Parts: sequence; structure tokens; C-alpha cells
Amino acid sequence: MAATPTGDVDVDTEAVSASIVGASGFAGGELLRLLAGHPEFELSQATSREYAGKSVGSVHPPLRGTDLRFSQPGDLESVDVLFTATPHGVTMEHIDDYQDAAELVVDLSADFRLDTEAQYDEWYDGHSCPEKLDVAQYALPEVNRENLAGADVIASGGCNATATILGLYPLAEAGILDGADVVVDVKVGSSEGGAGGGAASSHAERSGVVRPYAPTGHRHEAEIEQWLGQSVSFTCHAVDMVRGASATCHVFPDGPVSNGDLWKAYRGEYDDEPFVRMQAGGSGTYRYPEPKAVAGTNHAEVGFELDASNERVVVFSAIDNVVKGSAGQAVHAANVALGFEETAGLEFAGLHPVGSP
Amino acid sequence: MTTCTECGADVALHDDAEAGEIVDCTTCGAELEVIDVSPPVLEKAPELEEDWGE
Repeated sequence: MAATPTGDVDVDTEAVSASIVGASGFAGGELLRLLAGHPEFELSQATSREYAGKSVGSVHPPLRGTDLRFSQPGDLESVDVLFTATPHGVTMEHIDDYQDAAELVVDLSADFRLDTEAQYDEWYDGHSCPEKLDVAQYALPEVNRENLAGADVIASGGCNATATILGLYPLAEAGILDGADVVVDVKVGSSEGGAGGGAASSHAERSGVVRPYAPTGHRHEAEIEQWLGQSVSFTCHAVDMVRGASATCHVFPDGPVSNGDLWKAYRGEYDDEPFVRMQAGGSGTYRYPEPKAVAGTNHAEVGFELDASNERVVVFSAIDNVVKGSAGQAVHAANVALGFEETAGLEFAGLHPVGSP
Repeated sequence: MTTCTECGADVALHDDAEAGEIVDCTTCGAELEVIDVSPPVLEKAPELEEDWGE
């Protein structure tokens, strides 16, 4: 193993064991898929109350033939790294148990994404373990890489927030967002709603929609503002995709901005990032970020166009909501935290041509 | 090696590049016309007006 020991997990001796709590959902299934093909991790357990005893391939078709069955959450054993893909509120209730079971906990819910209890009071229904908020690190390596090594708790970002933050972060770092008005419109696929679903998620209701489901006050605004240091006006639409989140961000800067300023900002942040591809109106069929082009991958596409006549910069960002916006981001962050090759287990670059993602 | 006029990234021309040739920048995807090869000079290639139907 090429990695060096980092934090409390000894990565030098043998494969690092990993288990998943809440493995029957879409994000849990993607975690299983990514970890099963990861060169450094060895899957230990995958918990699910509903499917305990059944093979993971019976729920997640890409895993057919995998010799692993769902376990009851109560049978969770000690492991090096525990990934939790549970509904909001579960990890904050069980974080002590999870940390007793594993040296590193990587949570895919919203439970540890925000910095303060006051934010959870404002945006969620409070927090039952606020003393652990200081311990947790936001997973998105493009904005928080330097704080992931040796982390004990990592919080994978929300998919809409991830798309938005990746689109706007270079402008924030370059000062172009200072004093700017920012309007963000995100289109997301149905998998964002999870495997459970409700009446609005049935095929008959969901098919063909362009449904504004969070016109104002979406909870991901809190994450976005936390990382951009800037409030944004955010609206989200459910559209007829299964996978994908596509953010269109209208930025009205406080002063003049040139195309050169924009390229300097974006290339400065992303030239060396392994999972960000710039797509800013160049040439070919796909000139701007497109969810189809990143479906199933941990890549983000980011691009922009300068609208000089309206003193506007329009920024586009596309991700796969279940991978870069959830499970892939979690694995990427764990790779960084444990000193693995950042791209380990995440090399898939996508399909072309491909249908609706 | 020369520089993309759009994004500023390095653009490597192949050895037998000729003036008038259209190349694309691997960083930003811009199409660039080779104006000269010694030293290499690029300009943004004229775009085909395309009706994207939207």
C-alpha cells in the first residue's frame, strides 16, 4: 500500500475496512459500488433494516454477484471507516456509537455540514449533538482539502450545494462575488429525493415535470453561504432526469469583470483539480456543463459566459448528484483524509453517447 | 508551445502544424486558428454561425 499513516487509521498494514450504515438507498448503493471497486478499502458490512439478510445485489443491480449481505444496524461491528448514508437526524443521534465503532466517520446526511448550532436552529430542526459540530469537516476537497487529513468526522456536502459552490467558489476566492447579487437556479433529477419516494415521486407524477420544489428558503442555502461568504437567492427545480444536478448562477458583480479575470479565477482554482473539468463555450457539441457528460462519475463540469451588456456573469455547473454530490464526494474526502491517491476508486470518466442521466 | 488566446492555458502544436489550421485548446475547448508557426501565433477561430434552435 502506497499510502502513509494519517490520523488514527493505520493505512500501512493492510486493506482499510469500511462499512456502510443505510446501504439500501441510492447514495448507499453508490457507496457500495465505489468501495467495492476501490483498491484500498475492503467492504465489511452494509446495514439495512428492510433488507437484512438479502444480498446487496438484490437491491443494487450493479452489485449482483458481490458476496455481501445486508446486516441489521444493531449488528454493526468495529471497522476502520464508517460511511453513514442515513436520513437527516440519524447520525447526530448516533454519532457517539458510530465513533466508538470507527476511527473515521463519513456522513452523507446534512447532520454535520454546518458550523454552528444556530445554523441548525435556523435552517433545520435544531441539532441534538452540537458539541460535535466543531469536530466535523466538510467533505468537498475543492474547498476544504487542507482540513481533511486526520479528520474524525467528515460531512459530505449536499448535491445542490455542491453544484453551486463548485460553480461560484473561484469567483468568491477572486473577490468577484464581493458586493455582487447572485441568483442560483438548480435543476435536479429524481434520485435526489431518495429511494423511498412519496406521492410526488411516483413515475406518473414525476415524469416530464419542471417543478419548482424549493422556490425560496432551500436548506442548502446555508451550506452555500457558509462556503462562499455571500448570500445567494436560490431556487430549485425537479426536472425529468434520474441523475444530475445542474446549477445556473447569475452573478451581477459590483464592478467591471473581464473574460481574462474569469479565466484567471477559474484556472487558478481548478487547473490542478482531478475532478473538475472546465467547459466554457469552447467548441464541439457540449459547450457548457451538462449532467449527461458526468453521469456516474465523480467529475464536475464548470463553465461561464460573460454577458457584458447586462453586466452579468452566468456560471454553469453540472454534477451527478449521487456521486460528486454525495457518495463520490465522500470517498474522495476519505481518500484525502487517509492519504490515499485522491482518484482511487473514482477513475470512471463517464459514457458517450448516453441517454437521459 | 504557445498560449490560448481565450483562457491563457498552454497549447502544444504538433510538429507539422501549418498556418490556417484550426486547433482546439484542451483546457477551455476554444477553437483557435494557427496564424503563424515560427514562432507560433494563435487567434480565436471564426465561429460558424449556428442555430441552436432555442
